[in-house]
Amino acid sequence: MEIPSIVGAGLIVIGAGLGIGRIGGQAMEAIARQPEASGKIQTAMLIAAALIEGIGFAALFAA
Amino acid sequence: MEKLINEFSIGLFFWQLVLFVGLVLLLRKFAWKPILDAVEKREEGIKDALDSAEKAKLDMENLQADNEKLLKEARMEREAMLKEARDIKSKMIEDAKEEAQDQANKMIQQAQAAIEGEKKSAMAELKNHVAGLSIEIAEKVIREELSNKDKQVDLVESMLAETTLN
Amino acid sequence: MRRKISLKPITLLLFLITFASFAKEGHSDGEPKSDIKTEIKEYIQHHLKDSYDFSLYSYTNDQGEHVYIGAPLPVILWDNGLQVFWSSKFHHGETVAEVDGNYYKSYHGKIYKTDASGTITYDDHHHPTNAKPLDLSITKNVFTIILVGLLMLYMFSSMAKSYRKGALPKGMGRLLEPIVLYIRDDIAIPNIGKKHYKRYMSFLLTIFFFIWIINLLGLTPLGVNVTNNIAVTLALALLTFFITNFTANKNYWGHIFWMPGVPWPMKIVLAPIELLGIFIKPFSLLIRLYANITAGHIVLMSIIGLMFIFKNWLGSSLSFGLAFALSLLELLVAALQAYIFTMLSALYFGSAVEEHHDH
Repeated sequence: MEIPSIVGAGLIVIGAGLGIGRIGGQAMEAIARQPEASGKIQTAMLIAAALIEGIGFAALFAA
Repeated sequence: MEKLINEFSIGLFFWQLVLFVGLVLLLRKFAWKPILDAVEKREEGIKDALDSAEKAKLDMENLQADNEKLLKEARMEREAMLKEARDIKSKMIEDAKEEAQDQANKMIQQAQAAIEGEKKSAMAELKNHVAGLSIEIAEKVIREELSNKDKQVDLVESMLAETTLN
Repeated sequence: MRRKISLKPITLLLFLITFASFAKEGHSDGEPKSDIKTEIKEYIQHHLKDSYDFSLYSYTNDQGEHVYIGAPLPVILWDNGLQVFWSSKFHHGETVAEVDGNYYKSYHGKIYKTDASGTITYDDHHHPTNAKPLDLSITKNVFTIILVGLLMLYMFSSMAKSYRKGALPKGMGRLLEPIVLYIRDDIAIPNIGKKHYKRYMSFLLTIFFFIWIINLLGLTPLGVNVTNNIAVTLALALLTFFITNFTANKNYWGHIFWMPGVPWPMKIVLAPIELLGIFIKPFSLLIRLYANITAGHIVLMSIIGLMFIFKNWLGSSLSFGLAFALSLLELLVAALQAYIFTMLSALYFGSAVEEHHDH
């Protein structure tokens, strides 16, 4: 049975969205806990989110 | 994916690569190097200025402490000098007083001695004088008294009487 | 205070102008008005593509002719010799250009060699089989790249000059200096380290401002759209790749081929993964930039297109509001993508020059 690629794309978006959402949420918590480290947390958050995003896009193009 | 590769434009890729590398090189020469150098120089200048200000502040503090110390020393010295002067003054006064006292005492003594001497000599002279006078008087009296016989006898008699009485 | 307030209407006005010009474009293309959805779809497709002339917008006049407002750009082909001519010869893809006895036709954004009548033959997958000469034309995107390059040269060299007169920059430099310092202090130094960062500063600064400005230009009514071309992002990512690997020290290669601190069977397993990582890292850079900008443009233009599909005041004003909000988001994305590209490049450079340290 052929699964349409749009379904795969949807799955990818769900996965990447969950991942980035989790990173963002955790980063918020971390900033709330340690506001003085917010700069470092932001940077790390952006890098992690960017990496997931990259994988997500790569998969989207494959789909 | 196939669509992406299909749409890939070699011309755009070529131009992007060439133009971007050119842009990096040109900007490095005409913009980034001067900008970053200027900023760095400025930051260094600010840092130096801050350092030297800190140093000046420290120097100032040291100077102030030195001044304070010098002032204190001067004050102490003045105090000491004043005290010494006061001491000297009182000592001088004391000495002067003592000397004056001594002098006075000595003078009084001398005066007394002189007075005593004078008195003695005056007394001696007076005595002599009185003695002379008495002798003279006695001579005169005796001469008067003994000019006549009666009187001589009387005298002898009275004297004798006196003597016996004693 | 007054200045702050007066800025807002100006921004609003700019957006209105943007939408107005988009709207004009959306209306054009001369297709039958009945199928507005296909028209919008085609328009978006067309907008995302490069073109051989700098057309601001086009419309169909009363006589049913296409009228294009814009300027032709030079076409440069290598086809057994250099062929240079103005793109006006194509008449926007409608005619065949004849140069020195060779015939060229622009078809779906590509130039093919044809015969005098402009015949294009197709294979089974409906791909043209005509010969494609090597195309180094100054297209709309290349023209925009040159424009941005000149703009940056002007901006930053005048900023550099203003430092000569005093320690503080004047004019535009006051705005740009904090950004330059931010890239130095918060991107380059923490990721690369104080010892090596200076070597990479030129590249990082150039790539940040280049991507940012060109992304912002994509949001203007000019309709240029450079960073949604995979060729452009590939060129940028390739530079990051080359710089990373050419400046890498022994420690970096050691970590890839013989990861220290793990047992030797793991080292053999890790080596190909790490080797693959060298290529995946810049690949993710190029895909990210391309996809973000493309997705942003597609969504924004679809929502603007919705205004013409709804054709009632509620739906249109709703989609107008949405498009406005999305434009603001795209402004953020334009800067964010430039930041992330620069940031990740700096991170890769940092890993390339990292000194040996014990784990």
